[in-house]
Amino acid sequence: MTHTDSFRQEVRDWLEINCPESMRKPYRNEAEACWGGRNCEFYSEDQKNWLQRMVSKGWTVPVWPEEYGGADLDREQAKILKEELRRINARPPLESFGISMLGPPLLKYGTEAQKQQHLPPIARGEIRWAQGYSEPNAGSDLASLQMRADDMGDHFNVNGSKVWTSYGDLGDWMFCLVRTDFEAPKHKGISFVMFDMTNEGVSTRPIKLISGKSPFTETFLENTRVEKDQVIGEINDGWTIAKYLLSHEREMIAGSGISASGTLPVSQSAIKAMGTENGILSNTMLRTDIARFEIDERCLELTIERARDEVKAGVSLGAAASMFKYYGTELNMRRYELLMSIGGHDALVWAGESSRDGYLPKMWLRTKGNSIEGGTSEIQLNIVAKRILGLPG
Amino acid sequence: MSLVLNEEQVMLKDSARDFLQSRAPVSHLRELRDSASTEGFSRELWSEMAEMGWPAILVPEQHGGLGYGYTGMGIVLEESGRTLTPSPLLSTALICTAAIVKAGSEDQCEAILPAVAAGEHLLALACDESAQHTPGVNGTEAARNGSTYRINGRKTVVVDGHFADTFIVSARTDEGMSLFLVPASAKGVHVEAYHVLDTHFAANVQFEQVEVEEKDLLGPLHGGQAILDYILDVGRVGVSAELLGLAQEAFERTIEYLKERKQFGVPIGSFQALQHRAAHLFGEIEMCKSLVLKVLNTLDEADDGDPELVSLTKAKLGETAHLATTEAIQMHGGIGMTDEFDIGFFLKRCEILESLFGDNYFHLDRFARQRGY
Repeated sequence: MTHTDSFRQEVRDWLEINCPESMRKPYRNEAEACWGGRNCEFYSEDQKNWLQRMVSKGWTVPVWPEEYGGADLDREQAKILKEELRRINARPPLESFGISMLGPPLLKYGTEAQKQQHLPPIARGEIRWAQGYSEPNAGSDLASLQMRADDMGDHFNVNGSKVWTSYGDLGDWMFCLVRTDFEAPKHKGISFVMFDMTNEGVSTRPIKLISGKSPFTETFLENTRVEKDQVIGEINDGWTIAKYLLSHEREMIAGSGISASGTLPVSQSAIKAMGTENGILSNTMLRTDIARFEIDERCLELTIERARDEVKAGVSLGAAASMFKYYGTELNMRRYELLMSIGGHDALVWAGESSRDGYLPKMWLRTKGNSIEGGTSEIQLNIVAKRILGLPG
Repeated sequence: MSLVLNEEQVMLKDSARDFLQSRAPVSHLRELRDSASTEGFSRELWSEMAEMGWPAILVPEQHGGLGYGYTGMGIVLEESGRTLTPSPLLSTALICTAAIVKAGSEDQCEAILPAVAAGEHLLALACDESAQHTPGVNGTEAARNGSTYRINGRKTVVVDGHFADTFIVSARTDEGMSLFLVPASAKGVHVEAYHVLDTHFAANVQFEQVEVEEKDLLGPLHGGQAILDYILDVGRVGVSAELLGLAQEAFERTIEYLKERKQFGVPIGSFQALQHRAAHLFGEIEMCKSLVLKVLNTLDEADDGDPELVSLTKAKLGETAHLATTEAIQMHGGIGMTDEFDIGFFLKRCEILESLFGDNYFHLDRFARQRGY
């Protein structure tokens, strides 16, 4: 048996014993996802055990160093762990912006003290993080942000507002872009800071979306104190950190283009809803669109796999994250367009048990934001055109 | 298997690219056309390819080959897609060699494969009979006549049919379909060659009372369909690899043009309308790279291949290469419409490859069927 085979066996055996049966089924609703944090309430004993067991192995953050709560796995092992989790349809033990967004820049640019302070609680799911990036007048043109941080000697005094903070009302800490130099060119006067959201002067207000839900907030800071040791990287060099984080965020969002494990393929939903004639989906026009969609879904899956293999072989992903973000989100939007067509009149029901409270139309509406959040599709195409293809202007 | 090329494969790719770019660039195709070549390829070039070992890539070592497998062959085809080089690679070195390796008797292998590996024997698959690719339908019949078979029928768009030494012919037999090896010199074989739009050649082949023997059966009697399905899949993968090279080359030439061509005092590549289309196309081509590598790996690993993945790949490559070549013409503007400029050759070759062994619609349909809808 090779080294990797024995690791796979070890993972498989451990999961068999430690992943509770109920954690091997798709979420019944969004509330079943575990986000951790100070105010975390587990909906079941299984959910709690699953998180704690994965934490004890360091497998919520498998590639992080052990001293920060990880398991120090190499990429090959991490891939195996991922495959084994997928094989049994295991739910993620923890959904976390701390892991997917803040972790990578903190590991790369953070001081030792910052890593010691923040990484282990992220790995254990004890602190839930919120992202303070967009502002009312800084969306696609993010670098024009105006949240003001005045240098008070030993700390910063911060004022201003953020918008599109994912689950801002549930966050414990925030990582945030602030302006620390008002004279410098816009990219050169930004700093990347972190603060506790229970600090004086922090408040949030939910934003109600077209789906009727409020997964985002506005976030207001009024004379909020931010300590100087909570700046990642150099003061005024926050844009470097911001971009690095964004490429990881985009990579994460790209994954939404691939069906989560345990969900029904679109074609199977269509067969269930519409039936087949001589083995062919009854609605033949829709059938063609579904085939094209499922082809692209597999394309993305294989290309993410190839990109990971290339990273393993020493090629950096870089601006390609923008391509993945673009492709993945466009694909997820197509998925919900198809599901709406497949659902027909049933997909129009907004409330009540039979429609799981309008789960499908609400998800469909929510996906309209996929090509906007994390940098619009147009911004991603700009980045690909300039940074990868080297087109001028 | 990992989705990156290993060291040996990278070397093969580099040497293929160097050879093709220097010995058979697009101007080589233009020269063949302008010289009114009746074969549509250069035998001299083919000898050089044989020296490079290319027709030997799929041939097992015991028959004088290299045994590099499908991934190696795909790499070379991808590079020849970049230069649009006409050669017997697809038909002889890939499809028909795969058929003989898979289904041939020891005698057949020994008689044909060493000569193929040396570049001295050329093969063609004769299976299609109508304007649409319908491999399940067969109007050609092989009637038993004592210890022999008499083949009657007409095959169309036989790739390389105008110069093949031996045909692999699909024909109905009593209880199914069988494949036969038929020498082009056999009595009753009539070859009618014609030019297709990319300046390559193909042929219609008439079989009139062509007599063959039991020993000419390729694979079991009545057992031809499974072999044909397999080698058609091999061919589709080869075509996809060629389309990948073609699409990348057309795309890269277009990006260069966008950087050079100036209007309104600036390079036209600075216009967002063009940037976004180029960036979108970049993403589609990246998807195609993963598909081709994956499907080649699959052919090397799984004996029966993976029909679902093959159709997925052929459909996606066809659509993407189509987009790449039509965008190439549009973004080159007027000059792209001229015969003098090379980009038009890519559009033409793409159209041929898209239609070969099933077009995009054929494969969308086959993909959906494989997935149960």
